[in-house]
Order: sequence, then structure tokens, then C-alpha cells
Amino acid sequence: MLGLDKKDTSLLIIVAILTLLAPFILNPFPTGSAMAQFNAGYPDLMQRFVIFGIFAIGFNILFGLTGYLSFGHAAFLGVGSYSAVWMFKLLSYNVIPAIALSVVVAALFSLLIGYVSLRRSGIYFSILTLAFAQMSFALAYSVLSNPKFNLTNGETGLQVYADDPQIFHRDSLPDMPHLFGLSMRSTYKLDIGAWSFDFNAGYYLCAVIMMVMFYLAIRIFRSPFGMMLRAVKSNQQRMNYTGLNPRPYTLAAFVISGMYAGLAGGLMAAMDPLAGAERMQWTASGEVVLMTILGGAGTLIGPVLGAGFIKYFENIFSKINDNILHQWFSFLPDGIEDFMVFIVHPFIGKGWHLTLGILFMLVVIFLPGGLVEGGQRLGKWIRNRGKGATDAKTKQEPAE
Amino acid sequence: MSNNELTRRGLLRTGAVAGAGVALPTIFTASSAAAYTNEPTGGTVTLGFNVPQTGPYADEGNDELLAQQLAVEHLNGEGDGGCLNTFTSKALKGNGILGKKVTFVTGDTQTKSDAARASAKSMIEKDGAIMINGGSSSGVAVAVQGLCQDAGVIFMAGLTHSNDTTGKDRKKNGFRHFFNAYMSAAALAPVLSKEMGADRRAYHLTADYTWGWTQQESIAAATEAMGWETVNNVLTPLASTDFSSYIAPVLNSGADVLVLNHYGGNMVNSLTNAIQFGLLDKVANGKDFKIVVPLYSELMAAGAGENIKGVLGSMNYNWQLDNEGSKAFVKSFGEKYGKPPSNSAQTCYAQVLLYADACERAGTFNPCGVAEALEGFEFDGLGNGKTLYRAEDHQCFKDVLVVRGAQNPTNAYDTLEIVEVTPVEQVMYAPDHPMFGGAEASLGECNSGA
Repeated sequence: MLGLDKKDTSLLIIVAILTLLAPFILNPFPTGSAMAQFNAGYPDLMQRFVIFGIFAIGFNILFGLTGYLSFGHAAFLGVGSYSAVWMFKLLSYNVIPAIALSVVVAALFSLLIGYVSLRRSGIYFSILTLAFAQMSFALAYSVLSNPKFNLTNGETGLQVYADDPQIFHRDSLPDMPHLFGLSMRSTYKLDIGAWSFDFNAGYYLCAVIMMVMFYLAIRIFRSPFGMMLRAVKSNQQRMNYTGLNPRPYTLAAFVISGMYAGLAGGLMAAMDPLAGAERMQWTASGEVVLMTILGGAGTLIGPVLGAGFIKYFENIFSKINDNILHQWFSFLPDGIEDFMVFIVHPFIGKGWHLTLGILFMLVVIFLPGGLVEGGQRLGKWIRNRGKGATDAKTKQEPAE
Repeated sequence: MSNNELTRRGLLRTGAVAGAGVALPTIFTASSAAAYTNEPTGGTVTLGFNVPQTGPYADEGNDELLAQQLAVEHLNGEGDGGCLNTFTSKALKGNGILGKKVTFVTGDTQTKSDAARASAKSMIEKDGAIMINGGSSSGVAVAVQGLCQDAGVIFMAGLTHSNDTTGKDRKKNGFRHFFNAYMSAAALAPVLSKEMGADRRAYHLTADYTWGWTQQESIAAATEAMGWETVNNVLTPLASTDFSSYIAPVLNSGADVLVLNHYGGNMVNSLTNAIQFGLLDKVANGKDFKIVVPLYSELMAAGAGENIKGVLGSMNYNWQLDNEGSKAFVKSFGEKYGKPPSNSAQTCYAQVLLYADACERAGTFNPCGVAEALEGFEFDGLGNGKTLYRAEDHQCFKDVLVVRGAQNPTNAYDTLEIVEVTPVEQVMYAPDHPMFGGAEASLGECNSGA
């Protein structure tokens, strides 16, 4: 379907089903039960899952295919957010022009940075992109937010004020981002028994865009262009000797992934019309690298999984506090209860970084291919379990 | 590699899928039937405590969290009741709020606008929080206040000192108990003039972000009004940890006072650098060189250690204040946690009680009703003395403390001594003051999310 082979089509369908049914899948526990703490099916987090999914898919086009490790991708995300909020301020709260401009601006910005940074490769490239991103962060945080020329509104973050022009805004339209009148915040709550599921308009907009972006990524991966990018990764020198100039290919990949980042930034602003400078900080750039590696660099679905994994920890584990722990362990005798809380305490709440770090280490050490490799191993183990006995007999020993 | 054959069936199928995708969002436009966002229906009501647990202001955030937990205990009738006994409004009975037991959820703002909004959103969307409280930075406060306005819940700001929070960024659903940069300046200026004379020349080092600018603007205006001259204002990047290169030119600038418009770690480092350069031992223009830190906190004082001796600054609250409310709060906080409460802890504690009290008086959790109950509310007995929640901008007006680094601290907690309690009349300003957004600034409409 859609010009994909059978395997890719089924992958796309799986992704589509997962994203469309996410409100059900992410809310497996009844509201009000003790396990409801682990439910992730509320609009804000679901939006984040898919938006960072888009960001990571784009990053993977650069890192997974060409092997160029950019440490400055958050700059494009931030630039996208700022352009989207400016569209809200100047035109109206409609998300279409905002998202369109964020992609265009991110493309131009990444062309500029890519043109300079791609003159070097390896660690020098990474450092150059990092330097550019930190420069953008400093610009956004203070230089471009002085009272005389306020482009970014600094620490407070760029937001829409009542006295902004908003020339296409009419009173009948909602006072927050909307798609031709459909507010991004409107949510339909479905109650089935003890369960409650949220269907949010903003989430479904992001989800549809992510599926399109995922499809585009598959096409890029399978195209001759994608093959050239892989060639850059496997042996750039040999590519040079065969008379090919890799720079146009790497630059194109850089700009494409920058546009993905800009799109993600625009969507973030569309879901929540505020753009903060922290979005551009180096930690944000590092986060997308982690997402990609955690999920599986160079694989199609990996970055999306990685993004979901990290966002889940950031939002769910950081909210568990000692009170909740005491509830969990309340069935134990007092002394043991306190002891258990004491043991678990460093890993929850503000310690979520620690938990994530440990898991990241485990994945990198035992599953170098990321979560995708874990899934593959599991799949192989399940498939081989049934026919394990027969396989062993028919398996031929190689001749010594 | 790619397969681009276009068949009639394929096209139809693609069209159908795309059409369904486009049509999908329009199905979900209905909203729920509740009268306002997160109307509590069971026997409990959930408050959201959004404080920095990691990052540069983590110490303050954790202190806020302790105070908030204490407030919840007192509301539910546990512990010794704290300020419920001294509060002039007697609406709270120690049986929760409006008969519902108070529970709370916590989140980490990381002192980043984005993270703070994500955390507040998850409290509102997932946990059903009806009020958000806490925070230790003005950028975060303004960002979360905007979110609460849009979502239709009440925001009770924690530590936020920028004029903008209740100035140009004021919101109908947002309330601030903490004082602001203008008040700091208005309280400090007369004391500075009395202690240092009216003909000083000031050199400003200012953290290069929203709060720094409003702080510098306020203090420069207030000191110039009484005769001081501002020699120079140098903006320093927020991420700086070494201020030596900014301190060195101060000596040759002809200034005799250094004003450090810094907060948190910035202030600790810049003050330490200034002391290392021996600024306080210098004589300029025939006068002893002085240093001023407009906004103080206990945690900064502890960080700066010996260096704050004799340095003047201002505070919203200090545990050494001698009034009934303050004593009750310090006693309950001290007994539970074994240390006196900080500035930021007190403001969060007071905000939680004020919110609960407003709900009781309004007889509802509806944000519009609660906001109405808070507007123009006069009270006493929460530690700061007589206080007014002004209706026009949702800013609390109360006495401001001018403090000085103690010369001979007797223990780890009395590092600051109170120089003067500036009466509230002296720090009052008009709601349409130019530093607060001027005449255009408005609260907007109350939003209950219905």
C-alpha cells in the first residue's frame, strides 16, 4: 500500500493502530485505583509522546542514516516554537499557518547551520552543532529579549497577549489554538465502568501528522537517497573516491531532520501556546540523542519508542512522592514499610533521572540495538520456542 | 526499492484512510457536563503543588513542599492547627475544605517554564487538581499562571518577585502573596539613604532576564528619587558562575555602592567574588564602600556564609518576626521539621490557607467564586501582619522587611537580622503604575473552564 512493501505496510499499520488507540492503550488501570498513578493517557502526555516521536524520527534520519551526531537539534525545535507563537500573535490562533511557518523557518535555520557545520565530520561536527545551539539558546534567553527588541520574551517565554494584533481573529473563534474553530484543548471523556478515556482533538491532530511523518521517513529510508545516506555512514572516503560528493546528501538530510524538529516545535506551541528558551538548551538536544539511541538508532520505529519511554519517566515517575510510596507499602509492618520507602525513595520523584540513567545503561550494555533489538530478540524467542526441539535436530553443524 | 504503482483500488483505499484521519478530530468536540474544571465530586479535593525539586532552586522548592504538606495537615485538622488558630478569618474548621478531605499531588518544575507547564498540566488533566501552588521563579510563575487561566483553575503563586507577575502578565485566575521588586525598592531606599547618605553613586550588576530587569528598574528609580546617581548597569548572563570580570571594573568606575540584582546561586557567587576583591574594605569618594542585595532569602544567606555580614537587603517574611501568626507557624514548622521556615515556605503555606479559606467563604470550589472571595480580602494572623489582597491586580499588600546579614550569628538560622519593618503604606503603588504594565494591563475575564 502507498508504495511500500508488505513489511513496511504492516509496520505503518501497527503504528497507526497504536497511535489512534493510544487513549485506550495508555489508560489500562481504572481511575481511582492505586495503579492509576501509572496511567499515561491524559492529553498533555499523549501529545508529548507523538510530538517527541516526530522530533526523534527526524533526528534519526540524520543520525541513523548518515551517522552524523548533531548535538544541536533542540535549536530547530525552539525556532519552530517561536515562529508558531509569532504566527498566533500576528495572524490568529489557527494552527495551520503557525505549523507551516515553523517548518519553513526551521528549514532555513538548519540550512544555515548545516552549511557551516557539515564542513567537518565526527566529533567536530557534533561540537559545532552544540556551539550553534547554545548560541541560539543564549540569544533567545537574553539577547533577543531586551525591552527594546523583544523577539523571544526571555525567561518568561513568548506568549500571546490580549493586545496582540491577531488580524484574522474573530470573536466566534476559541481563544486558544484551534484548527478552523476546533479547539486543540477540546476533549471528549468516555467513561466505561471504572475506566475513563480522554479523546483530545490536539492529540489526534499530532497523531495524524506523526503518521504522515512516519510514512515519509519510511519512504526516505527505502529510497535511493536513503541508500546514499547509508553510504555516507558506512564509508565516506570510499564514496569520495567513487567520484560522489557527499555534502549535498548530508546537507539535505540535515535540513530534512531540522524541518522535522521545527514541525515538532510548531506542534508543541500549537498544543500549548508558549515558547520557552529552555527548549533550545543543550540538555534538550541531548534528550533526543538519548531517545534515538534508547529506541534503536537507524531503525524506523525505535526513535518513537525511545521518545515515549523517556517522556513516560519524566512525567510519571517524577510525580510519585513518599506519600504514595507509603500507600503502596502500607500492607507491610511499620518498620519494613519505612525501610521499603527508604530504599525506593531515591528512584522516584526528583530521582527519576537516576532511574532513567540506570535503564539507559542497561539498554546500552545489554541491547546495543536499543528497545527494537529487545523486541526482536523477544519475538525470535517466542517464534523459536514452539519448534525449538525440531530445529535442534535439523540444524546442521558446520564442517570443521 | 519503492513501489509506486498506482491502482484504482489503492487510490480509493488511501483516500478513505486519509478522509477518516481528517474527519476524526471533529467527532471529539463535546466537553463534559461539569460546571467547572475538575469539580470535586467525591469526598476529597486535590491540590497541586508544583515546586522545583531539581535545578538551581531545588532547596527553596523542597522547603515550599514541606510548608504545603504542613498546610494540608492543618486544613485536615491534624497537627496543632498552626495559623488556623491565629488567622482572622474563622471560616476554616479543620475538617478539610467545604467538608472534603484535602489531598495533594506534587510535581517538579525544574525551574523551566516548559517542564513546569507540563507538570501543572498533568496535575490538572490527570489528577484533577483544582488549584496549583508553588514555584520559585518568575518566569515559571508567569508561564503556569497563563496555563491555569486557560485551563480554568486557580493559581496561587509561590516565590515570584518580578513586577510582571501581577503587572503586565496579571491574570484573573492568578494570585500572588509574595512581595515584588517595586516593593523591595520602595522599602530599601529610605533605609539606604539613612545608612549610607543621599549622595551615593551606585553600580548595578543585573541578572540578564525578566526578574533582573524589573528589579534593577525598580531599585534604580527608587534610589535616584532620593538623590543617588546610577553610574552603570551591567547585565550578567544567568549561567555565569564567576563574576570576577564584572567586579573588577566597579572599583575604577567612581561608584561607592554595588547593587547586586542577583538571586540564588548567582547572588552567592557574585557576592563572594565582591568580598574576595575586598570591595567592603575600600574607600571611594571619601565614603566606605557598600554592597546591597535587593532580594534576600535564608537559603542564599546560608550559601554566602560569612560574606553577607552587614549587607542590606529585603525580604517578604522572616521567621524572627514577632507576631502571633508568625509564632504559631514557626512553632508548628519547627516541631515537625526541626528548623525554622524560610521566606518561600511561608508564602506557600499562607497561599494554601488563603485559598482554602476563600473556598469556604465562597461556599464553592468554582474558580470564579473563589477569585471573588479573595479579591479585596483583608486578613491578619498568617505571619506578615495586616494584609490586603488587592482586587485590581491580585497582589498582596503588607509590610516589607529590610534585613541585614547578622554580624554575630548565634546559630545556623539567625544569619539575618531585621533592620526595619517598612509599613505597607510606603510600598503601595497604583494598579496602573507604568512598571506594572501601565493602563493597558488588565486581569481579563475569570475562566472556570466550563
